[in-house]
Amino acid sequence: MTLLDSTFKQRSGKKALIPFITAGFPHPKMTVSLMHTLVDNGADIIELGMPFSDPMADGPVIQKASEQAIKLGCNLALTLDMVAQFRQDNQHTPVVLMGYLNPVESMGYEDFVKTAAEAGVNGLLLVDSPPEESADLQTQLKQHDMQQIFLVAPTTSDSRKAFICQQAAGFIYYVALKGVTGSADLNPEVVNQEIKDLKRYSDLPIAIGFGVKDAASAVAVAEQADAVVIGSALIQVLSDCTTSEQAQQKAADFMRPIRSALDSL
Amino acid sequence: MTQDINNLPDETGHFGRFGGNFASETLFHCLEELKTAYKKLKNDAEFQQQFKQDLAEFVGRPSPLYFAERLTEQQQGAKIWLKREDLNHTGAHKINNTVGQILLAKAMGKKRIIAETGAGQHGVATATVAARMGLKCIVYMGSVDIERQAINVFRMKLLGAEVRAVDSGSKTLKDALNEAMRDWVAHVDDTFYIIGTVAGPAPYPEMVRDFNSVIGREVRKQSMEKIGRLPDALVACVGGGSNAMGLFYPFIEDKEVKMFGVEAGGKGLETGQHAASISAGKVGVLHGNRTYVMSDDAGQVTETHSISAGLDYPGVGPEHAYLNDSGRAEYVTVNDDEALAAFHILTKTEGIMPALESAHAIAYGMKLAKFMSADQHIVVNLSGRGDKDVHTVADLEGVSV
Repeated sequence: MTLLDSTFKQRSGKKALIPFITAGFPHPKMTVSLMHTLVDNGADIIELGMPFSDPMADGPVIQKASEQAIKLGCNLALTLDMVAQFRQDNQHTPVVLMGYLNPVESMGYEDFVKTAAEAGVNGLLLVDSPPEESADLQTQLKQHDMQQIFLVAPTTSDSRKAFICQQAAGFIYYVALKGVTGSADLNPEVVNQEIKDLKRYSDLPIAIGFGVKDAASAVAVAEQADAVVIGSALIQVLSDCTTSEQAQQKAADFMRPIRSALDSL
Repeated sequence: MTQDINNLPDETGHFGRFGGNFASETLFHCLEELKTAYKKLKNDAEFQQQFKQDLAEFVGRPSPLYFAERLTEQQQGAKIWLKREDLNHTGAHKINNTVGQILLAKAMGKKRIIAETGAGQHGVATATVAARMGLKCIVYMGSVDIERQAINVFRMKLLGAEVRAVDSGSKTLKDALNEAMRDWVAHVDDTFYIIGTVAGPAPYPEMVRDFNSVIGREVRKQSMEKIGRLPDALVACVGGGSNAMGLFYPFIEDKEVKMFGVEAGGKGLETGQHAASISAGKVGVLHGNRTYVMSDDAGQVTETHSISAGLDYPGVGPEHAYLNDSGRAEYVTVNDDEALAAFHILTKTEGIMPALESAHAIAYGMKLAKFMSADQHIVVNLSGRGDKDVHTVADLEGVSV
């Protein structure tokens, strides 16, 4: 059983909370301590964004975070190094890398997967590498017990849902809305119905993201889902932090109400 | 048709290891929808008839194949012919594709048109067909490009389009494409995205190529009439590569016809300031397809440079990447200063002012002619006219207009 699998199993019905932060934002030296803060304040899994120059599925907040991280010298190798550092003090919280294919392809699948596995990465979510295009990558991932997370969107057809669910591992990431990350108008009723429907195709846990921004919206969409991902709103809170202490404080303040709201469900 | 023999892309949109469908999950449904609609209409007589009629009566096709007699004399080598895409309505080959895609959009019942543009040529060509069809049109354009291409921005506005400035990343064409993709994800139900080059996720590379293939089909016919046989070489500039693909594709099976794609060498490959993805990039994934991409060691897409805004793109159509690897076409570079020189030479010797993009092809065609004999024939795609570049040329040469 992988760390992702056992993490969800241990939650046994309780909603998991998955914060997303961009590696290297607001500054590369803050990322590892931020990851620990997130865990201390209720994160069950951490999604770590791999900054990319052309994040075409992201809204303005994560775009800017990526740009800033790259400017400050953050790259894929450094991101993997951050995970390795985090793992020195934490062996129990799964880390899922999220981003785009080109930096991974540039490093080479074999090198990337090997280094990531050694660093302690558990899952990989590549926005622009759908199951159809992921066969070679999957071969490498399987050798190192890393799981590739796939997205399902509101526009995904039934036959495609079945196909994706067959390939999926770890959990399924349901994109809550037609739009980019951090968009506004979520309709919880529709989302809950969609997730209920998605469960017909897979027994894997389902996480919901894109458009969840606070305790209220997290609770509203968590009715059917097993986990909630929050990214843009957290990045926004961190954006004007200039010290690690400040960033940790803000992250903790942001996480706590969401954690307790989810726990009250 | 010869192209049926070389049946690429395959069912999954791949040209060998290139191309494919590296898109966000949200877009899969509409890409599938688009693929199905295009497949059906590609073989629909009525659709093809309408496309043909629009190309004839709205665009002004066929465009002439013109013998550049004085240019040929100057080079003392092979005969140089120019395919006059500059004479098309709106002044470039870009309109062939937008005329085709807007018909598709109409047939699919889409009400809202979006496009990306760099130099503004594709934006103008899209705004033009949207105006003709009475459809709402939004064009994404990097704020740096908006600054550089003020006249085309105004043209688009005159045509009723809304031009949205893109301030992310390098604020140029690649970022405009990202932003158009983001718009599309948010408005998948009613929006048709008219991509301007042979890139993007499947089926765009195939579709844009097909709509531009009228260029190569006409050249085949015109060569038979004027030369009595097919030409020995084809030359076209390559940014994303739509004019080149349109010229090359109908000749793919004619192995005796050499094909040369000319990339923007900018200030020289050794300076790193260029836009030569095939000549100096590496295999990667950008904008929904696998192809040659200009990126740094960490896989971040790098900013490009070319004197011509239309070639200023860090990727290249996946079919070009395939033609390069298979050896069927050869990709070369021409630097800014050579292109600028060719711009002046063509203007002065033939009375034809080429777009700076096309000037790259002219420059290479002239070089190539010298190494070939007088009984050989080169067709250079004059993909656009140079009126839009007059200000750029004046600025470069310190002339105030």
